[in-house]
Amino acid sequence: MFETLILILDSTVRLSTPLLLACLAGLYSERSGVVDIGLEGKMLGAAFGAGAVAYVTANAWLGLLAGIGVSVALGLLHGFASISNRGNQIVSGVAINFLAAGLTALLGQTWFRQGGRTPALPEGGRFRDIVWPYAEQLRDVPVIGPLYSELLSGHNILVYAGFIAVPLTWWVLFRTRFGLRLRAVGENPAAVDTAGISVAWLRYRAVIACGILCGFAGAYLSIAQGAGFGVNMTAGKGFIALAALIFAKWRPASAMFACLLFGFLDAVAIRMQGQEVPGIGEIPVQFFQALPYILTVILLAGFIGKAVPPKAAGIPYLKERS
Amino acid sequence: MSAGQLPRWVDYGLIPFVNLAAAFLVSGLVVVLIGENPLEAVRILIWGSLGYGEGIGFTLFYATNFIFTGLAVAVAFHAGLFNIGGEGQAYIGGLGVTFACLALDHIVPWYVTLPFAIIGSALMGAAWAFIPAWLQATRGSHVVITTIMFNFIASSLMVYLLNSALKKPGSMQPETRTFEAGGRLPFLNDVFPSFGFGYAPVNLSLFVALAACVLIWLLIWRTKLGFEIRSFGANATAAVYAGISPVRTIVITMLISGGLAGMMAINEIMGSQHRLLIDFVAGYGFVGIAVALMGRAHPVGIVLAAILFGMLYQGGAELSFEMPNITRDMIIVIQGLVILFAGALEHMFRPAITALFMPSQAHAAEEA
Repeated sequence: MFETLILILDSTVRLSTPLLLACLAGLYSERSGVVDIGLEGKMLGAAFGAGAVAYVTANAWLGLLAGIGVSVALGLLHGFASISNRGNQIVSGVAINFLAAGLTALLGQTWFRQGGRTPALPEGGRFRDIVWPYAEQLRDVPVIGPLYSELLSGHNILVYAGFIAVPLTWWVLFRTRFGLRLRAVGENPAAVDTAGISVAWLRYRAVIACGILCGFAGAYLSIAQGAGFGVNMTAGKGFIALAALIFAKWRPASAMFACLLFGFLDAVAIRMQGQEVPGIGEIPVQFFQALPYILTVILLAGFIGKAVPPKAAGIPYLKERS
Repeated sequence: MSAGQLPRWVDYGLIPFVNLAAAFLVSGLVVVLIGENPLEAVRILIWGSLGYGEGIGFTLFYATNFIFTGLAVAVAFHAGLFNIGGEGQAYIGGLGVTFACLALDHIVPWYVTLPFAIIGSALMGAAWAFIPAWLQATRGSHVVITTIMFNFIASSLMVYLLNSALKKPGSMQPETRTFEAGGRLPFLNDVFPSFGFGYAPVNLSLFVALAACVLIWLLIWRTKLGFEIRSFGANATAAVYAGISPVRTIVITMLISGGLAGMMAINEIMGSQHRLLIDFVAGYGFVGIAVALMGRAHPVGIVLAAILFGMLYQGGAELSFEMPNITRDMIIVIQGLVILFAGALEHMFRPAITALFMPSQAHAAEEA
């Protein structure tokens, strides 16, 4: 029983990590007032960039860098459309999702000729699991042993990066001048403008931060969790991250718990497939797949507290001119 | 918004054209990037979609889908709402068509089944849009987010239903039984053999789609409800002040929008597949966003945009035969570029064009 629990929690951590990274990415963007439904596209683009470069160079770090590059480029496109040209942020996000879905498959086929996939990564092209010191020796110690050597140890570096990003994001947003201004620009950009700070430049920096974290999320999928890029490998994770962001009411620590919850649901669904629950019978796997979305809708309906987005989210800022 | 300052043909003709041209120019660059000749690609695309009867038939078949989903997005646009859930609403709309066909196909001819299928699909699609609409209207939860969530919920629900209650007994495939003649719309090739549509699945639902265009035009521009929808979309605060109920407007608009998206299933399920199957919507709901943006939310524009996207889908299939490097993913790229340039970047060229036409107004347009 305890063993099973540890196994489920272990896969919860693995499944939550991409959600968490993407969710924190969206946090920066939306806190600055730029709604981002293009998380999915940015993640997918990053997964492809990382997979392609890691295959060619056999270097996971270069792959990660390439993933971040692709994701930041897509983020800047979103910024150009929605900050500089004051276009509709939703429309821009939809466009980015389409572009990423199409271009990754198209270029993947042109470059690698494996139906859009990137070939399996060579040695060194993938982030390996890190085994913590004494993990092997402690394995047999009751309770602490499995906790330490299964749950804490033995993940790749991006998993740890994801969880370190949570306090880091909190610190940046709530303890630095940049964070204060970033939150202010999402609530009342006119006030920030009046103080002589550029609204556009602040929002651009937020969009870049979002791109960097989405780059990590995408790279995690293709060169850490997986061993190569597959067509449409994000499969809606960007949207689950978006749901988690709303579920967390745009707060870093809550974002982590929301992503862990959604990751846990996913882990349980995989575990429960084809198994009978005493007294209920077999629960369809689709129920678990739909549960994150159902929970978010219930939250949005106001039954579990109220999710209030940043006040200026989605509204392009127009600087007044005489 | 500087609309009204520019001549109408510039606002409704030139600017959309320039935006589209930019989208196709970038698409051409992508074709160059993957090492093919873009002009040759355009030639194959146009020949494949318009060059012979069967090609035209397929173009019109896809266009039928896009008219429905494009109208769905457009109606919501008029009320200032962004219904991104056409995908899920069309998927659930398939249930309505399927119920009508499964119940009636062996007792009555298709023209009796059709009204029930239309009503069924519209009701199911509208029902799937109702909760997001109601939440937006009464709880202020954003309709974009809730409709995205409902797309995923619809997908899970349909996979579950097609694997359990709706599955054909004794079959391993997640699909219903094939409909009898009473649940099949006639193909246009059988109605008008002289057009030579061949094996193209274009069917009578094309006329249902065109009728929907006329009705939506009447609704939006010639009825009190349409006036309320447009007023609410133009300025919600003023509309409420003028006595228009926001809850009523939002819910009714979304129900119409969801109903239209649901009706897309008539073409796919009753017109072509003759059974309900997994993922039959295949992204057509999302194409509606591009179609509505490109058609500037007007039925005439939507028909033209739907035909253009029909050409892209059919010509693109042809293209992937002739130039294996250009897979069908190219269509998705073009779609993304159209949404980007005709939607998100629609104001990019406006200052320059305004400066060109009325130099004195250029400064004013900068502010808009």
